[in-house]
Amino acid sequence: MVSSADAALSTSDSDEKSRRDFLLVATSTIGGLGMALAAWPLIHSMNPAKDTLALSTTEVDLSPIEKGQSITVVWQGKPVFVRHRTADEIEQARSVSNDDLADPESDEDRVQKAEWLIMVGVCTHLGCIPLGQKSSEPKGEFGGWFCPCHGSHYDTSGRIRKGPAPKNLAVPGYVFLDDTTVKIG
Amino acid sequence: MSSSPIEFKNPVLKWVEYRLPVFSFIDSSVGGSYPAPRNLNYWWNFGSLAGIILAVMVATGIVLAMHYTAHVDYAFDSVERIMRDVNYGWLIRYIHMNGGSMFFICVYIHMFRGMYYGSYKEPRELLWIIGVFILLAMMATAFLGYVLPWGQMSFWGATVITSMFSAIPYVGDALVTLLWGGFSVDNPTLNRFYSLHYLLPFVLFGLVFVHLWALHVHRSNNPLGVEAREPEDFIPFHPYYTIKDLFGMGVLLIFFLGFVFYAPNFFGEPDNYIEANPMVTPAHIVPEWYFLPFYAILRAFTADFFMYWPVAWLMSAKLAGVLAMFAATLILVLLPWLDTSKVRSNKFRPINKQFFWIFVADCLLLGYIGAKPAEGNFIIIGQIATFYYFFHLVVLVPLIGILERPKPIPESISTAVIKSAE
Ligand code: HEM
Ligand code: FES
Repeated sequence: MVSSADAALSTSDSDEKSRRDFLLVATSTIGGLGMALAAWPLIHSMNPAKDTLALSTTEVDLSPIEKGQSITVVWQGKPVFVRHRTADEIEQARSVSNDDLADPESDEDRVQKAEWLIMVGVCTHLGCIPLGQKSSEPKGEFGGWFCPCHGSHYDTSGRIRKGPAPKNLAVPGYVFLDDTTVKIG
Repeated sequence: MSSSPIEFKNPVLKWVEYRLPVFSFIDSSVGGSYPAPRNLNYWWNFGSLAGIILAVMVATGIVLAMHYTAHVDYAFDSVERIMRDVNYGWLIRYIHMNGGSMFFICVYIHMFRGMYYGSYKEPRELLWIIGVFILLAMMATAFLGYVLPWGQMSFWGATVITSMFSAIPYVGDALVTLLWGGFSVDNPTLNRFYSLHYLLPFVLFGLVFVHLWALHVHRSNNPLGVEAREPEDFIPFHPYYTIKDLFGMGVLLIFFLGFVFYAPNFFGEPDNYIEANPMVTPAHIVPEWYFLPFYAILRAFTADFFMYWPVAWLMSAKLAGVLAMFAATLILVLLPWLDTSKVRSNKFRPINKQFFWIFVADCLLLGYIGAKPAEGNFIIIGQIATFYYFFHLVVLVPLIGILERPKPIPESISTAVIKSAE
C-alpha cells in the first residue's frame, strides 16, 4: 500500500510546489472574498435606514405665497426653496444664453410651471444655505441667491453664475397634486 | 551606550520581572537604561507634552461621555447640563475643549522642531511618516469631537467638511449619503461621529506606540544633527530627561490651565453656543484655529487660480481644492526624500535656515487668511501663500539641498558640547 505521504514524496518537487501554491492562492482568495462580503453589512448599515428613507416626501400648500415671495420648506432634513417668480425674473432667467452658464441648463428644463421655481436650497459647493429667500437678504449679482460661505452667485433660475460652486441648485422630483398643492420627493 | 539591565532587590518586583519583564522594559524605554543624547534642548519636550495631553483628553473624555447624550434633540442641552449642573462639569469640559488646542500647539511645535533639526532624515523616515499619520488621526478626532456639542459651528462645520467628499467624481454623492446615514447631517450622523470620536483616540494610542517603538530603535536626533555614537555622547534618560519633561509639564499646565480658568472660550466660536439649526447658515463659517491653514488652501482654489489651470481640463476647482488640502498634509510623508541635503540640523545650513523661517511665516499667514472671509485681497494673498507652501516643499527644499554649502559639522556631540562648555 502506498500511503498518501509516500505519494506526495514521489511527486516531483516543482509539481508539488505548484499544487500547494494553487491551494494557497485559492484559499486566500475565497477567504479574502468572504471577509469582503462580511464587511458589506457593516458598511451598508451606515446607509440611510428604512425610517430615514420613509420620510422622503413633503407636501406644500402654495396658495399663501404671493408673486415675488419665497418660502423654505423642509424635505429630507434639507431646505427646499419654493419661489413664486415675477414675470421679470422669468424673463431674466430665459434671456440667458447657454454660453454664459458654467453648468448649462435652460430655465424651461428647471421648472414645470414657469412661475414656480422649486429647488433644493443647498449650495452645490460645500452645502451652506444660500441667502436670498427674504427680501432683506442679498441676492447676489444675478438677482437670485448668494451663498456667503465662499461667495457663490445664483441667478433667478438657481443656476450657478459666479463663485466656487460647480453646479446649479438641484431641482428635486415633484408633482403638482392640484393647482395649489405640490408634493416634493 | 549599552547599560546592563537593572537588578531588582524587592522580592515582589523580582517575582513579576521573572514572569513578565515589565520593569526592565520601562527602565530601558524611559529609565536609566535608555541612553539619550546629552545635548537635547527644550524643543525636545513637546513630544512628551503631546503624550501627556493625550492622556488628559482620554481621562476627561471618558467622564464627559458619562453625561453626554448623542441625540440631536438632547446633545446641546446635555452639554449645557454638563456646564451648569454636573459637579465640576464646567472644569472637565473646559479642560477637554482647551486640551484639543493645547494638543495641536504641542504637535505643531513638535513637527516644526523635526523640520528644523532634520529629524525626518535617514534612519528616522518611518518615525516621521508615522507622525504624519498621527496628525491625520488627531485632525479626524478633533473634527468629530467638535460636532458633538451640536452648536451652529458643529453642524455647519460638519456639513461643509463632509460635503467635500461630494467632489469625488461618480461616487461622491453616494459616499456623502453613506457618511451622513441620511440626506443631510442629522441624528444618524451625530451618533456615528460620537462612536468614532470615542474610538479614534485609542487608534492614536496605537499609532503613538509604534511611533515610540521606531524612536527607540535609532533614538532621538539632537540639535547638532550629528548621530550620537560614543558613550560620552549620551546621558541616561532617567533622571535627566524625566525631570526635564516634568518641568516642561509644569510650564505647560500653567499655560493650559491659564486658558481653562481665565479665558476658557478664547479658542472657541460664540456661534457654537447657539443650538444647531439646519435651516440657517451662520454668516461666517470658520473652523477651529488648528485647521485654518488647510481651510485657506481649500478656498484658494477658484476657477481663476493659476495653480488650478493645469488641471482645469480634468476636474472642478472644488475637487482640486479638496485634493490640495489633503496633499498639504500628505506631502510631508515625502519630505525625507524631497530634502536632498545630508546635513540634518539647520544650525549648519545657513540658507535653508532662512527659508525654514519663511516657511513657518507662510504657514502662519495661511492660518490668518483661513480666518478671514473669502473676498478681495484675502483671496489673492491666500493663493500666493498656498502656492508658496507647495513651492517651498517641492522646489526650494530639493534645490537648496543641492546648491547650499553647509558649515563645517562637528565630529561628535561630545567634542562640540564639551568644547563649548570650556
Ligand atoms: C485625541 C484626543 C481627543 C481630542 C483631540 C478631542 C477633541 C474634542 C473636541 C475639540 C471636542 C469639542 C469640545 C467643545 O467644543 O465643546 C470634544 C468633545 C467631546 N469629546 Fe473629545 N477629544 C479627544 C478624546 C476624547 C475621548 C477619549 C473621549 C471619550 C472617551 C471624548 C469624548 C468627548 C465628548 C463626550 C465630547 C462632547 C462634550 C463636549 O462638547 O464637551 N473625547 N472632543
Ligand atoms: S458652500 Fe456655498 S460657496 Fe461654498
